[in-house]
Formats: sequence, structure tokens, C-alpha cells
Amino acid sequence: MSSAPPRWSSEDFWKKVAIWVTSGSFVILIFLTFDSLAKVQAGGSRVQAYSVVNKAIDYRFDAKQNRFIPVIGGDEPLFGRVLSEEEAEKLVTLGKKTIQAKNCINCHTLLGNGAYYAPDLTKAWLDPGWIDPSNRENLLLSFLQDPEKNARTFSGGRKMPNLGITEAEARGVVAFLKWMSAIDTNGFPHNFVTLTSHDEDEHAPSRPEHDASEERKEHGYR
Amino acid sequence: MATVNSQHLNGGQKLAIKYFSVAVILFLAQLLFGLLAAIQFVLPDFLFGLLDFNVNRMVHINAMIVWLLYGFIGAVYWLLEDESGTGIAGLGLGNLAFWVLTAAVTVVVLVYLFVQIGAGNDTSIWFINEGREYIEAPRWADIGIVAVMLVFFYNVAATFAKGRWSGIAGVLTLDLVALAGLYLAGMFYVTNITVDQYWWWWVVHLWVEATWEVLVGCIMAWSLMHLLGARRKIVQTWLYIEVALMFGSGILGLGHHYFWIGTPDYWFSIGGFFSALEPIPLVAMVVHSIYDSGVHKFNSSNHPALAWIIAHTFGNFLGAGVWGFMHTLPQINLYTHGTQWSASHGHLAFFGAYATINIAFFYLAIQKWRGDVWMGGDLPDNGWKWKWSLGLLNFGVLVMTVALLIAGYEQSFIERAVQGSTWEGYFAAQNHPWFKEAMVWRLLGGVITTAGLGLLIWDLLTVGKGETRPALVFAEEKA
Repeated sequence: MSSAPPRWSSEDFWKKVAIWVTSGSFVILIFLTFDSLAKVQAGGSRVQAYSVVNKAIDYRFDAKQNRFIPVIGGDEPLFGRVLSEEEAEKLVTLGKKTIQAKNCINCHTLLGNGAYYAPDLTKAWLDPGWIDPSNRENLLLSFLQDPEKNARTFSGGRKMPNLGITEAEARGVVAFLKWMSAIDTNGFPHNFVTLTSHDEDEHAPSRPEHDASEERKEHGYR
Repeated sequence: MATVNSQHLNGGQKLAIKYFSVAVILFLAQLLFGLLAAIQFVLPDFLFGLLDFNVNRMVHINAMIVWLLYGFIGAVYWLLEDESGTGIAGLGLGNLAFWVLTAAVTVVVLVYLFVQIGAGNDTSIWFINEGREYIEAPRWADIGIVAVMLVFFYNVAATFAKGRWSGIAGVLTLDLVALAGLYLAGMFYVTNITVDQYWWWWVVHLWVEATWEVLVGCIMAWSLMHLLGARRKIVQTWLYIEVALMFGSGILGLGHHYFWIGTPDYWFSIGGFFSALEPIPLVAMVVHSIYDSGVHKFNSSNHPALAWIIAHTFGNFLGAGVWGFMHTLPQINLYTHGTQWSASHGHLAFFGAYATINIAFFYLAIQKWRGDVWMGGDLPDNGWKWKWSLGLLNFGVLVMTVALLIAGYEQSFIERAVQGSTWEGYFAAQNHPWFKEAMVWRLLGGVITTAGLGLLIWDLLTVGKGETRPALVFAEEKA
């Protein structure tokens, strides 16, 4: 004998569930999208205005939020020249278009997304490898324009090819990297000790709780 | 004599054969360029200045996306006339779209290989390379892709409207609306990289973790009915369950890509929670396929196709479900994000979820193309080629997956946790013996996988040749 299937296993029931769950999920996503995009426009607290390239940027552990956050400091104009918001956006735009045109994302990651053949660029502007702030811009410019001659690979044989980046494009890329380093990424990457934090290591008599340097000491990697 | 003969096929199936043929060629391109990139992890000077890593990898991942898409379009054209009960509404237009798409793909690949990069301006984005992962195709090609998807959508919707609708038809048609629509989310330039990546993940995640999964659910449903004689009502009920679970977890599971790109931290809880649910629909697909196969005592009209469908459901569950779940929790993802751990998940998920189901359709197609010949057990050579290619492809991918997992684990520990992701930390991880050895094993896995594909191609060219027995036919069983 055959009997009607229980409701929970009927085709019609699951068809309705599929429709409602899909529609509901998508409506929620639309709502969250409007909210998120409003909060990440350049010039808000999560993503800085492009003119942040006129400021000193650092990245420190925040004990209250229990994660690393960007810290915007005093004036530090890029290449020694203060840019208006419009000029800064134009320069950062040139940098981003260059990054797309040179296909950087198929070696590097930006905000952790991309290929894993070369270092993450999220905090590249803050990397302690640039030795000191006064040399950083020039080292970046020369590296981008001739990466084979100015290699930053810490041995191991991997090299960045020469991509024909012009000086103007290189300045744009530097501006983009500086602006990107000021994005509040909710703490990614964790434990990143910046160029200027590294400076202070030599002079600071003590460090706050959760200081990344302490974590590194505990691992015996200093 | 069982030779390939177009007279065995309906109009949609003839078009499907074209799509499947290009899919196999691009699958081969995917593996070859993947090997080049894998070699460069081991020997950085290899092809340096000629075909640098960023070119090889771009061709590798774009060939993968495009061949899977060709396979899906082919699979739908394959089943369309059978499912709708009528001829395809715009078959001529469908054939034209195929040739336009194929010409465009050819041009794009040639530009990738010979032009490679451009200056930092809009011309490069429109005509050379958009520089966004998986969707590097220049803007003109994006427009072409959308046009082809719309022709495809028209053909599907109009054919079902002309013939008859079914549960599979309804789900498929709505899914294709999403497929074409979501692609638009990636077709504009914005300087703000947080906004850029927000919309980019709409394309990448909602395509491959939502709409593609549902598309695969539809073609799996159709295949099980035709391979096993599974009852339509049962199959369609399972399809609706899978859709509900897939979109219920996959749409908001998008949030696991929004942890670190600058968006608000409420995505930690939303993305973390819904991503954790994403394995559930994949369990449903495993249960569905094993249940249907089991109640039919694994009697099927096409053993290689059924084997690949089962490989699909397990591969989908492990690759997209387990491996995905493993590192989408935010506390873990803080360290694994942007490491080879992601690559390990990606390799297993893309192969396990999508390559497998496409290969199943290749076997369905070749069987019918040869005139519905026998492809059950007791093949003349015991079917060694399909069994070994199944084994080699799956084993090769598993070797790559485990190797990349080890590399990713080492990388997340040394580079991320200990060294805090400085460039020095990155290279400390890359130069470590564990990482280097893992890359050698990944390369070996790639060679095994490529050998499996070579064998698969050989089998598809020879299976059923000379076979005189007709295929088993399973009418839908009565209630």
C-alpha cells in the first residue's frame, strides 16, 4: 500500500523551504551590504581618506579590542609634499591601477587575498625591512623600478621580475600601499611589528601587556 | 561498430560535445600551467623573465574557471532537450555563442601569454588584464562572457517554456539568473580596495560556493535519474533540500571572506556561523547519491560516470565542506588567511566539487556519442583506463592538498604567528625545509594528476570503441 509521505519529506514542502531560505538569506545579505559599504567608504573610521598619506601611520596592539589596529599620527607628507584630498586620491588611484595592470595579485596578497608566491602587501608600507622612515620612500621607489637590482627576498632565490614600472607609477604604488596600511583590518595580520615600533624597541624601557615583542621573545625567535 | 556519430545525438547534445571538447583542452592547459607555477616554487629561476609566476598562475586559475564553466554549460545543453521534451529554442544562437566565446577565450589567453601586463591605466584594464584574481579577463571579455551567459539563459528558459517545466528546470533557470547577475558585481573599477574586494567576493564566492553548487546539484539530480532510474520525486525533493541548505549557508557564508578586508567585525559572527553550516548541504549530497546508488544496488548504465559522481559528492564534502570549515572560523583564519592553507582548500574543493561532476558528464556524452553502448562492468579490458585515471586524478589532487596543508600550517605558524607577517617572516617561512619539501611533493602531486588526465583523455577517445552490446536502460521505477 502507498501512503502520503510525511510533510517534512514531501517535495512541495522542501520547495517552499528552498524559496524562503534563499530569499531570506539574500535579503539579509543586501541589508548587510548597504551597512558595510557605508562603513567602509574612504574617509570613515575603518577606511581612511586618501589624504591619510600626509600622516604618519603605525599599527599597534590595542588591549581593549584585543587586536592590532592602525594608529594615525602627526604630519608625515609623502615625498615631502602635502597633498589635497583630490591630489591624494589621484595618486592612490594611479597606484591601484598600476597594481592591477601589473597583475601583482598573482604573486602577492593584498588584505590576504591573492597568490602566495610573494609577501602580503597589507602592511608593506610599515615593514621593518625598510630600515628607517627617512629611507623608506626612496628604497620603495628604487625597488619597484628595478626589483632585480634592489632585491628584497632575504635569500632563497625568489625574485620579483622587472615590470616596467615608471617612476610616476611607482610613486602611485607607494601612495596606495601607505593608504592601504591605514585600513582597520580587524587585526590582520596579527603580531606585525612595524618599522617605527621596531625603532622604539631599542629605546623603550618597558612595554605594555600583550606587546608583540614579548610574544616573540617567548618563542625564542629574537 | 560503435563509432562516434552525431546522428546519435540531439541538437543540444551536439552543442554540448563542442563545449566538452574545449573543456578538456582547457583542463589540460590548467594542469600544464599549474605545473609551470609549481616548478617555480621549487626552482625560482625557471622561465624567469619569460613566463613569470604571475602569468603562469593567472593562466592556471583562469583556465580552471573557464573549463569548468564550459563543462557546466555543456552539461545543461546535454540534458536540456531530454528534460524539457522539446528542441532547443535558439540552437543556432547557442552555437554562435559557443564560437564567439571560444574565440574570445583564445584571444584572452594569447594576450595573457604574449602581452602579459600593461601600464597603470584604464586601457590595460579594458584590453590586457584586470589584475583581479580569477577574473583577470579584460573588461571587453567580461562583456562577452555576460552576453554568452544571457544567450545560454535564454536558451534554457525558452526551451523549458516551449516544452515542459520540472523541478530541475525551475531551480536551474533561477540559478542561471543568479549566475549571470552576480558576474556583473565584478565589472567596474574602484580605487578603495576594501570596496573592490567586497564586490569581488560576490563574484568569486557566490559563484563558486552558491550558484555553481546549485547548478551541480541540478546536473547530479538529472544524472542519477538517468544512470540509475532513480525516482524523479525523490531526486527533486533532495534537490530542494540541497538548495535550501546550500543557499541558507552559502549566501551568508560569504561573510568568511569579510573578516580582514576592512569591513565591520560583525562579519566574524555572521561569516563564522554560516560558514560552519556549509558542510551540511554537502552531507546531504553524499547521502543522496549513496542512498540512490545503494537502493539500486549500484547497477548503473555507465559505471565510469557513476564512479565520478560518487567521487564528486565525497570530493565536494571533503574539499568544500571539511577543508573549508577547517579554516573559516575567524580565530583560525587570522593565521591561515592568505597562506598555502587556502590553496590546499582551493585545490581540493575545485577538483572535488566541480571537476569530478564534469568528468562524469564527459563519460555520459561519449557513451551516447558512440550510440548508447555498454559501459557497465565487464568491459573488454576491465575498464582499467577509467579506473586508473579516476585513481590517479584523485590521488594526485590529494597529494597536492596534503602537501599544501603542511606548507600552509608551517607558514601560518612561522610567518603569521611567530614573525607577524613581516617580509622577513614571509621568507623565513618560505625558506624553511618543511615548506620547500612540501612544494616538491605538491609538484609530484601535480605530475600524478596530469598523468591521470592524460589517461582520462586516452580513455575518452577509446572507451566503447568496437563495443556491440547496447547500454542498460533503466526506466523510472514505479511508486
